[in-house]
Amino acid sequence: MTAAVLFENVSRHFGAVRAVDAVDLAVAEGEFFAMLGPSGSGKTTCLRLMAGFEQPTHGHIEIFGETAEGVPPYRRNVNTVFQDYALFPHLSILDNVAYGLMVKGVVREERRKAAEDALAMVKLPGYGARRPGQLSGGQRQRVALARALVNKPKVLLLDEPLGALDLKLREQMQEELKTLQKSLGITFVFVTHDQGEALSMADRIAVFNDGKIQQLGTPEDVYKRPKTRFVADFVGSSNILQPEFVTQLGAGQQLASLRPEAIGLNSKKEGQLAVSGVVLSRSFLGASNRVTVNVGGTKLHVMSPASSPVPEEGSNVTLSFAPADLHLMETTP
Amino acid sequence: MSAITGEQAILIEKPGLAGRISDFFWKHPHVFLAVMLAPPLLWLGIIYLGSLLALLLQSFFSIDDYSGLVNYEFTLSTYGQLLNEANLDIIIRTVSMAAIVTLFSALIAFPIAYYAARYARGKWKAIFYLGVMLPLWSSYLVKIYAWKLILAKEGILTWFLAKLNLLWLLDAWLSIPVIGGNSLSVSYTGTFIVFVYVWMPFMILPIQASLERVPANLIEASSDLGSTPQQTFRHVLFPLALPGIVAGSIFTFSLTLGDYIIPQIIGSSRLFIGQAVYAQQGTAGNIPLAAAFTVVPIVIMGLYLWMARKMGAFDAL
Repeated sequence: MTAAVLFENVSRHFGAVRAVDAVDLAVAEGEFFAMLGPSGSGKTTCLRLMAGFEQPTHGHIEIFGETAEGVPPYRRNVNTVFQDYALFPHLSILDNVAYGLMVKGVVREERRKAAEDALAMVKLPGYGARRPGQLSGGQRQRVALARALVNKPKVLLLDEPLGALDLKLREQMQEELKTLQKSLGITFVFVTHDQGEALSMADRIAVFNDGKIQQLGTPEDVYKRPKTRFVADFVGSSNILQPEFVTQLGAGQQLASLRPEAIGLNSKKEGQLAVSGVVLSRSFLGASNRVTVNVGGTKLHVMSPASSPVPEEGSNVTLSFAPADLHLMETTP
Repeated sequence: MSAITGEQAILIEKPGLAGRISDFFWKHPHVFLAVMLAPPLLWLGIIYLGSLLALLLQSFFSIDDYSGLVNYEFTLSTYGQLLNEANLDIIIRTVSMAAIVTLFSALIAFPIAYYAARYARGKWKAIFYLGVMLPLWSSYLVKIYAWKLILAKEGILTWFLAKLNLLWLLDAWLSIPVIGGNSLSVSYTGTFIVFVYVWMPFMILPIQASLERVPANLIEASSDLGSTPQQTFRHVLFPLALPGIVAGSIFTFSLTLGDYIIPQIIGSSRLFIGQAVYAQQGTAGNIPLAAAFTVVPIVIMGLYLWMARKMGAFDAL
């Protein structure tokens, strides 16, 4: 099967800056694909390469088997939901949504109908006559989505589309986006710096740093089996264990990650590894408590459910975890 | 001391006079605003608008043909005089010139403004501003006389075209009726060129400002949705730049309508509105007719703005 988007050794340099550096990736058709990374990691540049706003310095890009480099954005059946929505301020909501059909020469009646359907799909029926300025951030976000989807793109690109929304709205939109993607079957490529968002929505995640893909895999892969220290650090807030420490636990001399929620406090079970330490600090996070423990000079974070008792600061505790949760990584950063 | 060491939560040391004034204005921001705005508003209201109204009032009087004195009785007969063949001719000539100058200024200014707003950065932006503003810093008369030399029959332009063996082109142009003439410096074409040159900054800067406010991602969004560059220009860039174009055209249009020096120095000797006003209030001593002439640009600009509004030029503001 041809990939929806294929990058072969793609680089995009801006002067001496390698925004994207020899990236290979293949997004499968119908997939919800997330590109995750801190700002400046190259994920947005990758998205812009797919949209056609940027051209690769080296390498080859295919969209559904067709060569994409040198093809302007307006000749690609790919649409983008922009970070700040980029709605046309001088057009009504309906004209915004119908814009893509208008420039393609779809007759007025037909495009109005399609635009109204698209607005209904994003749960904004009857908003067509308003102006972008009269809508809230969440509503504008939906309009941007409708404006892109009305063109029935082969690939929908989303550039941090939920970044400007407050937490409640963001969670709601995450679910809606996921449902929408499933029902439409369109390939979604989603850029985010929010690991929770990527983990909860994506079928697969590419973790970017310094213009390179650090790891590409399912959310579970990336979360539980980070390949590099960067991934372990960025996805979730894993404890990074130095090789010396790992050796003491009886594993090989290698860098390892240990998820805070995989550690039990004073609850050692059969077959688990255990270390003891002193509680340095604790903070209440609502559903859980985060406890920081000093184990022979190494600080370990423990995420313990709010229902279980929290040890006092300065008290001695035993930390235990299953050997399988100790995940060994490549020592290179 | 206490302020530095932070022993007190609220600093209630006795303020001096300046401190008390600051406190008063802080408590009464409206008073502050009134104090700030009163002098300029008085200036604008009394000296500027007041004298303008006084002038307009004059247009409803008439002049006694025999004594040459102003007859202070309300009449519309002075406005009737505007419709004389000779006066109507002046109005039509001026308005046509203003319209053509405005159109071409916009056509020339747009690409320059677009470059400055979209591409020029750092040093190039500074060079752009200097390049656009520099002509405004030198004397208006010097520039016009310089143009007279450039456009004269013995001038550099004729010399240059002769070197390029293109004199036939200039002669062909000058032989066209109305816009042609003996040389560029005594033709409407010359007047037009100098008007466009002199008012160009007033067109470039507002367009540049309006383009600067168009977020780059709107252009990308348009392209992303399948718009070719021409379609993006027509449906996104132009509508969003329109307030700037209208603002610029208000300058070029009204400045051309009112100018009386350029057509006097460069062009055929036929009158423009500004010259008519000058002649009527000076040598002819016909203040009411001069006032009536000045009403013409005001009415035209009013109509123009009303039309621009109707066409949605200010929707994107």
